[in-house]
Amino acid sequence: MKNLKQHIINTEESVITITGLYKSFDDLQVLKGIDFNLFKGENIAVLGKSGTGKSVLIKIIVGLLKPDHGEVLVLGKHVDQLKTKELDALRLRIGFSFQNSALYDSMNVFQNLAFPLTMNIKNLSKGEVKDAVEEVLESVGLKDKLKQMPSDLSGGQRKRIGIARTLILKPEIMLYDEPTSGLDPVTSAEINELINEVQQEYNTSSVIITHDLTCAKNTGNRIALMFDGKFLKVGTFAEVFDTDDEQVKGFFNYNFIQ
Amino acid sequence: MINYKTRKYTISKGLDDYFTGIHKAYIFTALFFKEAFKRPFHLREVINQCFEVGLKSLALISLTGFIVGIVFTKQSRPSLEDFGATSWLPSLIGIAIIKALGPLVTALICAGKVGSSIGAELGSMRVTEQIDAMEVSAINPFKYLVVTRVMATTIAIPVLALYCSFVALYGSYINVHAEETVSIISFYQNAFKTINFLDITTAVFKTIVYGFTIGIVGCYKGYNATQGTRGVGKAANQAVVLAMFLIFVEEVMIVQVSNWMRYF
Repeated sequence: MKNLKQHIINTEESVITITGLYKSFDDLQVLKGIDFNLFKGENIAVLGKSGTGKSVLIKIIVGLLKPDHGEVLVLGKHVDQLKTKELDALRLRIGFSFQNSALYDSMNVFQNLAFPLTMNIKNLSKGEVKDAVEEVLESVGLKDKLKQMPSDLSGGQRKRIGIARTLILKPEIMLYDEPTSGLDPVTSAEINELINEVQQEYNTSSVIITHDLTCAKNTGNRIALMFDGKFLKVGTFAEVFDTDDEQVKGFFNYNFIQ
Repeated sequence: MINYKTRKYTISKGLDDYFTGIHKAYIFTALFFKEAFKRPFHLREVINQCFEVGLKSLALISLTGFIVGIVFTKQSRPSLEDFGATSWLPSLIGIAIIKALGPLVTALICAGKVGSSIGAELGSMRVTEQIDAMEVSAINPFKYLVVTRVMATTIAIPVLALYCSFVALYGSYINVHAEETVSIISFYQNAFKTINFLDITTAVFKTIVYGFTIGIVGCYKGYNATQGTRGVGKAANQAVVLAMFLIFVEEVMIVQVSNWMRYF
């Protein structure tokens, strides 16, 4: 694995700033006052149990959901106040890797990767599209899967292709929704490594939503521990887990990391 | 005294859902007309979908149309024979097939085949987050998925209905020819003798409306699918049931209006 310490994080420049974020669905209050900062070049892992609102948080960041209350500033723009065209322009600078990869079933790998490119950048030649697709496929190590259909790929390969599809637009921010869920430990380690490589090669800032402590430890420069719609602790891995708090210890012990 | 703060529904859950459903469907349809005339038009995808709707339904439409023609002729012959009016058979078949059976049979088959397929495809894309993936890639999924499919059904189903009427008339001709010596040209001339411009226009207009209905209902149900794989099945099923129901309602309304127009 590449050394994270070599990567430069600019703590002066915040790419995502969230203050007092609340979100509910009908009677269910999911987010209960989130305050959060993501610095340029930083990977932050958001840890928490299922159903605590982790995925809701990144869906609000990318504008798929609207907050009930609070301020969400992404790359200097108030996401919830943007018009459609402005939001689309912002979304081109954000990559979103879905929990189940969300590859388009009816398209092969090449078409999946070329689709966002050709739909957003006009007048690209066939050669330019092919080069761009091959370049991102190479960076996720799956150059030989060009003609495969998503249904023919393994879970890990689908995750990689999902990540490659977001990388093709050269995003500044990456949002990963449960990147290692449903994968075996070896494949999970490969995905963790890929997340770090993306951070270094593409100089991205990332939010990694996970309940996998190993993933959080290996990919996050900082950890944000979420409980009941709020951040319980934010800091380095050691800062967050060096505690006597029962809730935090319970989470740590469950993941069997000592 | 009613506590309005804790009161969950305006009338009752069922009625609230019914009225909000109508409102949502109205917004969805209005959004289609708003997006349909804005760039980009995704013409290639419209052509792809026309191929999906049209060419892939061709075999089924051919077979059904042919059978409808034969069966309708066989059923009508005894009644006309009682009055010694078998020579009116081509005219009767022409009126029945061109004005009613051709468009209706095509619409019902397409509601089952195309409507369910659109509902299931979009429903599956919704529950597996593929529609969200398009949205976060700055692609308008409504325009790319819904507008193209509705346009394709609106274009392809009228063509299929005309084709179905032609095949049904041919089926009818085969049956008539087996009993009496009549040339195909003479049969078609007789079949079209009582059909006027208003009948043809109404039939084409009807199929355009049916095509639009099948597309928009399939897309609406699929695009708003929830509850995982169960929701996909539900969306496909509701797409067929609702489209068929609306097709019958539209049939009654269009026939009534065209009859009024006939007397002006």
